[in-house]
Amino acid sequence: MSTTPTASMPSVTDSSPATEPVVRVSGLRKTYGDKVAVQDVSFEVRPGEILGVLGQNGAGKTTTVEAVAGLRTAAAGTVSVLGLDPQRDPAPVREVLGVQLQESRLPGKLRVEEALRLYASFYADPRDPDELITLLGLQEKRHTAYDKLSGGQKQRLSIALALVGNPRVAILDELTTGLDPQARRETWDLIEAVRDSGVTILLVTHFMDEAERLCDRVIIIDQGRIVAEGTPAELARQGRTGVTFQVSLGDALEDVEVLRRLPSVTSVTSTDATTTITPAQRRTDSGTLLEITGGPTVLPDVIIALHSQGIVPDEVQTISPSLEDAFVALVGHPSEEDPT
Amino acid sequence: MTTATLTPPRSRTGTRGLSALIGAEAKLFLRDPGNLFFVVFFPTVLLIGMGYAIPGMREPITDLPEPWLGLRAIDLFAPLMLCVAAATGGLTTVAAYLAGYRETGVLRRMATTPMRPQGVLFAQILVQFAGVAVGGALALLIASVVFGTPMPQNSLLALVVFLLAVAAMFSIGVLIGGLAPKGSTASGIGMLIYFPMLFVAGLWTPGPLMPDAVEKVATYTPLGAASQAMNDAWFGLGMPWLQLVVMAVWAVVMFVLAARTFTWET
Repeated sequence: MSTTPTASMPSVTDSSPATEPVVRVSGLRKTYGDKVAVQDVSFEVRPGEILGVLGQNGAGKTTTVEAVAGLRTAAAGTVSVLGLDPQRDPAPVREVLGVQLQESRLPGKLRVEEALRLYASFYADPRDPDELITLLGLQEKRHTAYDKLSGGQKQRLSIALALVGNPRVAILDELTTGLDPQARRETWDLIEAVRDSGVTILLVTHFMDEAERLCDRVIIIDQGRIVAEGTPAELARQGRTGVTFQVSLGDALEDVEVLRRLPSVTSVTSTDATTTITPAQRRTDSGTLLEITGGPTVLPDVIIALHSQGIVPDEVQTISPSLEDAFVALVGHPSEEDPT
Repeated sequence: MTTATLTPPRSRTGTRGLSALIGAEAKLFLRDPGNLFFVVFFPTVLLIGMGYAIPGMREPITDLPEPWLGLRAIDLFAPLMLCVAAATGGLTTVAAYLAGYRETGVLRRMATTPMRPQGVLFAQILVQFAGVAVGGALALLIASVVFGTPMPQNSLLALVVFLLAVAAMFSIGVLIGGLAPKGSTASGIGMLIYFPMLFVAGLWTPGPLMPDAVEKVATYTPLGAASQAMNDAWFGLGMPWLQLVVMAVWAVVMFVLAARTFTWET
């Protein structure tokens, strides 16, 4: 691991002290026979936030949230959900926690409205199924059997079922896997609406774009341990070793070594200007495009150095670090690569 | 893999919505044409088919002693159909439903709610039992109306035998459903047991027509015992104690095994 992990440490209490965590996991460990699924995982979920649980398939994400839901018995560690203990007494937790599991289907001939009314009947204080049908845009499909729904509709019904008990916390596991881009975006909007209605969300995903879009904070789990924790932006910055930017130069720079010799510069690569992406850059057909990476002062240092050579850059574009980069740096392989 | 016992739900939260769940399972049962055919109509269809397709079925059998004197072969099949109904429900649909519900994650999703997955098992067994009872009753009605078959001389005993037969067949179904990884696997295993069961019950050699050697062995099989006991109830042949005990032992042993091995999750 190249980056210092913040694993196993309670998160910094920088938020207001009145906000008691909704979920608290401490020293969680889970084994299946000889196989250790979760080594040592500790984290907290604050009220009203969307916490992303990131990691590759088999990293221990699902096992972790299943222990939170009381579906798995932990080998060690403690879990608390709204002050309740799902490990010792899961029954009260089921009343306040909604769970959407990956690859959990419904009987094929059960219809949308029937499923919602059935699941609503299990709870003491359920949400109105009609309201959920509207919220999830399933009005047209109210009388459609589960087998006849599209992937996105099934997923929306699954989310509705997780919410029908009027939970204060919801666990959503891989909720956009297998959905087309349009359905994914709609699902994301929906999750934000759910959060805005006061539900705290634990979102398990292996999609970095989903985490960047939805999560207030994320934890990255690798081989059963938390290897990073923070906001997506914080982690993204952590993942990058320095600042990277591109400069397009109208006049050719005769000697790139001038820049390479600057103490704050770590690398300079020259790109063919015609292959660049933005229209602004494409205009500099005759010029040079340089991608420069370096320390915190690299940007002003380079501009001054260019200026002293009598060169004024046509355009400077900093490249924002992404969560994907951070993930690769931490876990060592791209997020969507499936090792199993 | 998690194993759990089949203890009924104790807490208040575990039973809330149970009636809605039974209602939903009943609707699903009725929407499945396979269920309707095999559990509800198959015994009747089989009876009518044999009565009309096989020659001589409606002629009195001449060389049978009392109390079967003057009866036709089709009359011997009527009590057997109750056993066929029990076996069809238990070995084909109960097993396939339970394994299928686990395979597709229906039980797992249920486990996240205050309803316990045991509730699904309970509802499913109740609904299948109702289907089997209707199927058996329908076969009897047709036997009586169409073929004029005599009804049981000892109705209470017939009812007890029917219930024990259902218990034994369903417990085997739950055992298979709890162990088979897929619905289709459960179906296959169920079928593999179903046909030998029908054989020992005497579908090919009903009542007094079964060879003695086969009959001796059949007494110790759950459906063979059921069929023999049912015959005794029908034709007033006395109390089939051994057969009743055999069925009860099968039911208890299979149910305990099922409770110990039932897997709720893949």
